[in-house]
Amino acid sequence: MKTTKAGKALANEMKIKFLGVSENERLARICVAGFIMDLRVSAQELADVKTSVSEAVTNSIVHGYKNRRGYVTLCAKLFGTDELYISVSDDGCGIEDVEKARQPLFTTDPGSERCGMGFPIMESFMDKVKIYSRPGKGTKVIMIKKLGCDLAVKDGSAAVKRGKK
Amino acid sequence: MYDFTDNTLTISLSGEIDHHSAMAIREKADTEIEKRMPREVVMDLSGTSFMDSSGLGLILGRYRKCGALGIPVKLKNPDRQTYRLLVMAGVNKFVKIVFDKGESENVREAGKR
Repeated sequence: MKTTKAGKALANEMKIKFLGVSENERLARICVAGFIMDLRVSAQELADVKTSVSEAVTNSIVHGYKNRRGYVTLCAKLFGTDELYISVSDDGCGIEDVEKARQPLFTTDPGSERCGMGFPIMESFMDKVKIYSRPGKGTKVIMIKKLGCDLAVKDGSAAVKRGKK
Repeated sequence: MYDFTDNTLTISLSGEIDHHSAMAIREKADTEIEKRMPREVVMDLSGTSFMDSSGLGLILGRYRKCGALGIPVKLKNPDRQTYRLLVMAGVNKFVKIVFDKGESENVREAGKR
């Protein structure tokens, strides 16, 4: 288990496993918000992390498991005071073509109103996104973000909002 | 929440609009649109506390449905983060987004980041 990243020690970690039902999309957002809300984080960064987690969890539920029962695991690790690593993993059907899946507007559920923006949103709102997946072997999405970058350091008039869930 | 006044159907998207909540809203919204056949549809986002791409899909689906019926759609008063998401997804390029007075500057700045 990695205990340092870029020289920063593991400061906190959580791991939750929940049933892949749509009710738990909100649960996942609340858990990750709770994990970072007392850190030096801007309101926008908090919202960006929640949205990205929501996208990854929704992907596991809608695409990974489609209509069958399965569990989603959400892990979060904090290195130092500001390096956030999040992983969302499932044992669902896996992704046939990861590069294609990353493209805006691509969806494997075209009959629905899925607009295919999940990965582009994660890539836009997080610093880095890594996808590990194979057909039949499930999917793991890792997202990394450095927190506190938005905050004004100079005059302390930082727009810090402690998290609303 | 649905309001039909002066031939305008206002659909208020309140709370968290994700895959879970979008499912119920979609059906009801479509029923109202078909029942009322309004001159215009306004989706009021002032009460939206969270939105992800499922919310975008909900909006775009209603936009397409209304388009097929010849009904224009407007989005009203998204907050900073929602507006940022709409701009990021390019929704602002083809769906009109309006703000009540005094709300726009702060929110539009968020869309640039």
